[in-house]
Amino acid sequence: MTDCCSGGTKLIYPCSGCADVGEIADNAARKLSRDNFGKMTCLAGVGARIPGFIESAKGADENITIDGCPVACARKTLECVGVKPSSFVLTEMGLAKGKTPVTAEAVKDICAKIMKTHQNADTGNCAPGSGCCCG
Amino acid sequence: MKLEILGTGCPKCKKLTELAQETATELGLSFEIVKVVQINDIMNYGVMITPALAIDGKVVVAGRIPSKEEIKKWLLENPTK
Repeated sequence: MTDCCSGGTKLIYPCSGCADVGEIADNAARKLSRDNFGKMTCLAGVGARIPGFIESAKGADENITIDGCPVACARKTLECVGVKPSSFVLTEMGLAKGKTPVTAEAVKDICAKIMKTHQNADTGNCAPGSGCCCG
Repeated sequence: MKLEILGTGCPKCKKLTELAQETATELGLSFEIVKVVQINDIMNYGVMITPALAIDGKVVVAGRIPSKEEIKKWLLENPTK
């Protein structure tokens, strides 16, 4: 949980889908959370319309969705409750659905790309094709 | 009516407590204020950022201090008022 006085609240929602890219999205969100890039939270809570999750999304400084594939369930789940997240889609970042082994290396690479793209987006310099919402 | 203030006790949580109390009193409502300070208890509401306010168990705001007008609206919308 993020404390109210810490500022810069960034919540991370992976799609956690059943495909390999969904698993990588989930693992990446956990790693980003452990590395203090943001705080992973439950997309299912938003989907279930649990008020605490919805209000947390609305009150966060930024919401980041990590989707495995272009169906973009995580992004759309947040949009359904009126929240526009910064969106990352792994298949738009070089991974192939159904053909990507879930390895620590793959997760690490995706985390690095997300952090780099996010940094660029912060400076208004979003990398093309990165899946970042500012493009 | 139960007004729960979810937060670990920082100045924003205290401000929200004061505002909620003040607003409910002005409306002449019968209420009790409950402070939820344990992180696990707060997370059981799905709240990821504090301060948060729950009215009769339903979280109405998280991560910011709402205006008095907003609190008034939520209190009046509550079916148990």
